[in-house]
Amino acid sequence: MAQESLNLFSLLMSSLRVAVPLLFAAYGGLISERSGVIQIALEGFLLIGALTAAILAHYTGSPWLGVLAGACAGIFLAGVMGFFVLALKVDQIIAGTAINLLAFGTAPFVTKVLFDSTGSSPALPIESRFTVAPMFLAAALSVLMSYWFYQTRSGLVVQFAGEAPQALEVAGTSVLKTRWKSLLACGALAGIGGATLSTYLSSAYSPNMTGGRGFIALAALIFGRWKPLPTLLACFFFGFTDALQIRLQGVNSLIPVQFVQILPYLFTVIALAGFFGQSRAPKALGQTLNRG
Amino acid sequence: MRDLRLFFFALMMVPFFSLPAQAFKVGLVLDKGGKDDKSFNSSAYEGATKAQKELGIELKYVEATDSNALETLHRSFASKGFDLIIGIGFAQADAVKKIASQFPDRKFALVDGEVVAPNVRSLLFEEHEGSYLMGVVAAEKSKSKVGFIGGMDIPLIRRFQMGFEAGIKKEKPQMSLVSNFIGITGDAWNNTAKAKELALSQYGSGVDVIFVAAGASNAGVFDAAEETKKFAIGVDSNQNWIKPGFILTSMLKRVDVAVYSTIKEAKEGHFASGTVRYGFKDKGVDYAVDKYNDKILDLATRKKLDDLKSQIISGKIQVPDYYKKGKK
Repeated sequence: MAQESLNLFSLLMSSLRVAVPLLFAAYGGLISERSGVIQIALEGFLLIGALTAAILAHYTGSPWLGVLAGACAGIFLAGVMGFFVLALKVDQIIAGTAINLLAFGTAPFVTKVLFDSTGSSPALPIESRFTVAPMFLAAALSVLMSYWFYQTRSGLVVQFAGEAPQALEVAGTSVLKTRWKSLLACGALAGIGGATLSTYLSSAYSPNMTGGRGFIALAALIFGRWKPLPTLLACFFFGFTDALQIRLQGVNSLIPVQFVQILPYLFTVIALAGFFGQSRAPKALGQTLNRG
Repeated sequence: MRDLRLFFFALMMVPFFSLPAQAFKVGLVLDKGGKDDKSFNSSAYEGATKAQKELGIELKYVEATDSNALETLHRSFASKGFDLIIGIGFAQADAVKKIASQFPDRKFALVDGEVVAPNVRSLLFEEHEGSYLMGVVAAEKSKSKVGFIGGMDIPLIRRFQMGFEAGIKKEKPQMSLVSNFIGITGDAWNNTAKAKELALSQYGSGVDVIFVAAGASNAGVFDAAEETKKFAIGVDSNQNWIKPGFILTSMLKRVDVAVYSTIKEAKEGHFASGTVRYGFKDKGVDYAVDKYNDKILDLATRKKLDDLKSQIISGKIQVPDYYKKGKK
């Protein structure tokens, strides 16, 4: 019996750990989408964040500098995306896809130049990795996010940018500027999420290490109805299914692993169909604002 | 106009002049883990670069990003005049089979897979025997339970697992084994985060020695061993150096030796097709002792292992082989 409860505890801890990068990315996506910018480039931000963090942590020996660098890389990539979708008003889905492809193409090139390795960075010693810090960081972010989004002026401004941009404009706040800030914030958060992948969940950057987490984060955001607290719960739930399927791999169990693996997507589809109450995207999502 | 034509003519001649004395050309097609997996592919790459240095061959390597690319990579080497093309990993068997039949005058070699063709040499290893020794080491060192983490869930890795289990049962019949596989796709060779989570979960449930056979994903298990202060056993290359003090030993699978000798024989003109099996006898399979595990692998254990090794070579001990399961 004691064994069972121990396993349950370790399963829970494992769920929390794997939920950390998801949470950062999902919150990043939340800010971006609520401000009206469709965000399917989370995967790219995560990847570039993971890569940059691993490189910086390798050279400086500090995972904190790695996280900072990951955030900066995310901001930079978000800036590139912003230039296309906000300044040039390119289709946001197309631009997001391009950003993902750009990230996937850049990473092997960088590792080849720096380490003469096709795709991975050198392993980080235990002292340049995180042990628990990112989990506290994620917890702090969750509290901060809920407060900021509903209780502060800037949080409300972001909501208006995605719901009623014209009204916001009439009230004298620039929608464009708001979306720029939101997009860059998204890049920063997702970049940090990526950093936790390479400096916390593992000890190096390895090729395509995001493995679709950006899209799972997007699913969590949709499952969480574009709201901070439900998104947090969705990330936990997806983290749990991930931890569970990891444990079930190669074990002869009653439930096939493949079934557990599709759960996140299955639930997202069910959520979109409105089974868990109304699920509605921000009204002005993906629309560019043409000032008269 | 005439000058221009002359210029183009000169340009066309360049390839003919820039190939001095036709070096023997070898194309190496690595598996998804990539040349820096510090394990299976690294070993193959090492063997090939050794041949490049010592035999003066021309070496080109590529890494397959996904299985669909394999056939194209083999075909491109074959059509570009490479003399010997070596495929690393079981996943390349189909590609080698197809391209070898289309280019009968090129030579092919395949590691971890068997293709019967007049121009293909299959290089196989007796992994189950090496794993058996690892099972003995793990059981001897463990105070509670031992674990196994495999990369992709395929017969080859099941073969590791089966030999490992037999070794454990030989040493301590009552000891239980916890087994997990990282995944069912090629991504499993390259998923350190998942490997680490699996290892943490095994160590958390009381396992104190884990044998891991998962290519580049091995690093995740070693990290977990270091963090929880437990033991791990590496595979393919000598991985003892990665986390000194936490890696008991490594099961060596000398892909480098197989690759090197194949290149050497092909270059010297006596390439032989057919299947070559590497085992303890020719040191194609072995366990690693070096300064990094000298202190944790005591002499009595080493003596026992060498003793078992000779018993396996002489056929006194028959290690169960997953490949032959149900074929009796």
